Amino acid sequence: MLGKTADGLFWMFRYLERNENTARLLDAGFRIALTRAADAENEWASVLTTVGVKQAFQEKYERMETAHVIDFLLRDPSNPSSVMSMIQSARDNARLLRTALTRELWSATNECWLTLRELMARPVRERELPFVLSTIQQQNALLGGTLHGTMMRNEIFNFARLGTFLERADNTVRILDVKYYLLLPSVSLVGSSLDNVQWETILRSVSAQRSYHRLHKGDVRPREIANFLMLDLRMPRSLAFCYSKIVDNLTHLAKDYGVRQSCFDQAETVFARLTDRSIDDIFESGLHEFIQDFIRDNNALGRQIEKDYRFYG
Amino acid sequence: MADYKNFDEMFGTGEKHREPYRDYHQWLESQDAAWLHRKSDEAETVFRRIGITFSVYGEEEASERLIPFDVVPRIISSREWSRLVRGIRQRVQAMNAFLYDVYHRQEIFRAGRIPIELIAENDAFLPQMIGVSPPGNVYTHVVGVDIVRTGENEFHVLEDNARTPSGVSYMLENREIMLQMFPELFAQINVQAVGNYPKNLRRSLGNCVPRSCKGQPVIAVLTPGIYNSAYFEHAFLAGQMGAELVEGHDLRVVDGRVAMRTTQGYAPIDVIYRRVDDGYLDPLNFNPQSLLGVPGIFDVYRAGGVTIANAPGTGIADDKAVYSYMPEIIEFYTGEKALLNNVQTWRCSEPDALRYVLDHLSELVVKEVHGSGGYGMLVGPTASHEELVAFRNKLEASPGKYIAQPTLSLSTTPILTKNGLDPRHVDLRVFVLVSPEEIRMTPGGLTRVALNKGSLVVNSSQGGGTKDTWVLEE
Repeated sequence: MLGKTADGLFWMFRYLERNENTARLLDAGFRIALTRAADAENEWASVLTTVGVKQAFQEKYERMETAHVIDFLLRDPSNPSSVMSMIQSARDNARLLRTALTRELWSATNECWLTLRELMARPVRERELPFVLSTIQQQNALLGGTLHGTMMRNEIFNFARLGTFLERADNTVRILDVKYYLLLPSVSLVGSSLDNVQWETILRSVSAQRSYHRLHKGDVRPREIANFLMLDLRMPRSLAFCYSKIVDNLTHLAKDYGVRQSCFDQAETVFARLTDRSIDDIFESGLHEFIQDFIRDNNALGRQIEKDYRFYG
Repeated sequence: MADYKNFDEMFGTGEKHREPYRDYHQWLESQDAAWLHRKSDEAETVFRRIGITFSVYGEEEASERLIPFDVVPRIISSREWSRLVRGIRQRVQAMNAFLYDVYHRQEIFRAGRIPIELIAENDAFLPQMIGVSPPGNVYTHVVGVDIVRTGENEFHVLEDNARTPSGVSYMLENREIMLQMFPELFAQINVQAVGNYPKNLRRSLGNCVPRSCKGQPVIAVLTPGIYNSAYFEHAFLAGQMGAELVEGHDLRVVDGRVAMRTTQGYAPIDVIYRRVDDGYLDPLNFNPQSLLGVPGIFDVYRAGGVTIANAPGTGIADDKAVYSYMPEIIEFYTGEKALLNNVQTWRCSEPDALRYVLDHLSELVVKEVHGSGGYGMLVGPTASHEELVAFRNKLEASPGKYIAQPTLSLSTTPILTKNGLDPRHVDLRVFVLVSPEEIRMTPGGLTRVALNKGSLVVNSSQGGGTKDTWVLEE
C-alpha cells in the first residue's frame, strides 16, 4: 500500500470524525442557548475552545451570537474545522484514494458531500438547525455503516480506524480539558442546578446521556462522568476505548507487516495509563496534568504513525 | 418526424429503422416519453453520485463537470463490427511496425515511401528512443482509434490516438448505467459485453513485462494527479485492475528499479501504465521543469528495468501529418491495402495542396498537425468571415503546421430531446489493446455525440456528450 494512500485514509477518517464531533458540540451548545439564554455566551465560548477555533471566531466576530457561531461552525469556508470544510477535505481525500475505497464507500462519501453542500448552500437558520444536524448525523452514520459493511479488514481499514480513534480521543480529551473544573471532586459538593445542566451537556456532547443514565440509574456525579469518559472500556468515545482500538489496529498492522514499529510502544504506554489505575488515582495525582499529558502523547502518537508508515516522502 | 439529412445509425436514409435497431426500436416505440425522460434524469443523478466527472481547466466554480449522457444507444451489427476489427487490427499492427522501424533502421524512409522530414522536424519524435526495443516490441499497448461513418458502408479513420488515449472509463460506466436503467433491454437483446476491458488491460500489460520482472508483475497507473481532466479514469482503471495509482512523487529509482513508496518502504514496479505525456516522464531525460515525472526513470527503462506503456515516442505514429501517410505505412509493413480508409487529407506543407485548401477554405476542416481536443481547428462551413481571414493568414504564415480535410457528413444517431428523438452527429472511439500475443478490441467503444444541433464537434470540452455503444452478438 502506498504511503500516500495510508496518509489519505488516516486523514479522511480524522476529518469525518471531527465533523461529526463538531456537529455534536454544536447540538449540545444549541440546547443551552435555547434553554438558558443567560449562559449561551459562555457555552459557545467553551464549544469554540473545544473545537480549537475560538481565536479565529473572535477575529471575525465581536460577540458570541448564536447565529454567528452556528454559521462559523457549520459552513464557514474560512474555518477549516467547520463541518462543511471537514466534509470537503474528507471528500477531496476520498477522490485521491478512490482505488482504496469500495465503490459503496466512495459513493456514500460523495453523496454525503453533495447532500450537505446543498443543505448548507445558504446560512442555516436556527429553526432549521435541528434538521440540519440530524442530517449530518445520518450522513455520517451511513458512511460508518458502509465502511463496516463493505470494506475488507486489512491495512486500509486499519489506517482508517487509526484516524478515527486518534481523532475521537482528541475530541473527548478536549471536552475534558475545557470542562475539567466541573468534574473535580470538590464541585460535587456544590450540587447547584447549573452544574447539573453542565454535566448533562458534557454527556450530550459525547452522545452518552442515555448510556450513562442506564448505568447509573440517573445519579449524575462528576466522578462517575469522568470515569465514564476516560476509563470505561464499554463507552465508545472514552479515551480507554479509543486506545484499545488504536492498539488493536496497530497490532494488525504489526502482524501484517511483520514489523513492530515504535508507534506501537507509544500507544501501549498510553493505553496502560488508562487501564492500570482508577479514576481516584487520577484525581489524586491531578486531573488537569493527566489531561495535558494525554493531549501531548496523543498528538505525538499521530506524528509517529505518519513517520513509521511513511506517509510523506 | 425529425429530419434525417445524413446517414442515420437508426433510420439510415429513410423512414424505416435499420436492421441492427430492429429490437431496440420496437422496444422504444412502446415506451412512454415521460418515463424515458425520468430515466434520463435518474442516470444523471447516478453519474453525479458516483462522481464520474471530468475536470475543466480554468473554471473555478464548475471544476468537476459531468459529460452529458444520452440514453439512446448507438448500435452496431456484428458484421459491421468484424469489418472494423479487421481494419483496425491491420492498422495498429502497421503502426507498431512503423514505430519499431522509425526508432531502428528506418527502412520506410530509405525506401522513399514517406519523406524523412516527417520525423526530422517533428517534436513527437524522441531521439532518445533510437535503438531502444521495448519489451515484446510493443510500442502502443493501448490505442484509441476514432472512426467516423458517412454511409451504410463507409467507415473512415478520422484520427489515431497512440499516446495516452482516454475515454474508456466512460465506455464502461455508460454500459453500467444502461444495465441499471434498462435491465429488460439487455434481457431481450444480445449485446456483447465490454466489462472485461480492465481485466484484459491487466493481462495485456502483464504480457509485456521487462526482463527484470520475477513472478507476478507489479503494475501501477501513473497519473499527473487529481487536477488532470482524466483523473477519474486513471483512478477507475487502477481500481478495476487492482493496480496502484501513483504520482511522480510516490516514485523513485532504487537499485536500478523504479519503486513506489509504500507503508513498508520502497517496492519495485514492473509495468507503468502511464497517463502523463512523454515530456513529463523524466526531468533528467526530457523536460527538466517537470515535477510530474520520476528522475532517471528513462534510464531504468532503457536498461530493461521497467515497462512504460505506451512506450515513450509513440506520438510520432498519431501525428496528423503522419496520419495522412497511413495508407502507405500500412501497405509498406503488411503488404496489403488498407482495409479502412483514411479521411481524404491535404497536407498544407505541399504547395499544390495549400493552394487547393486556400481556394476552398470555406468548405474544409483545417486542423493543427499537433493539436488535439478540437482546439485550434477551423470548421470552414460554419466559420465567420473574420475567422476565415484569420485562418488564411495563419496558413500562409506556416503552412506546415496544418492539414485540411473535407467537411464530412458524419452519421447521426437520434438523441432524446424535449421534443422526442432528434438526430445528432456522432463518432466512435474504439479501444485497442496490444500485447506480443494479440491485438484485441473491446466490442463497443465510446460514441461521442455533438449535442448541439447540426454541430460536428463531439469533444466533451466543446458541447459533446456520450452514448452507450452496443455491438450485437451474431
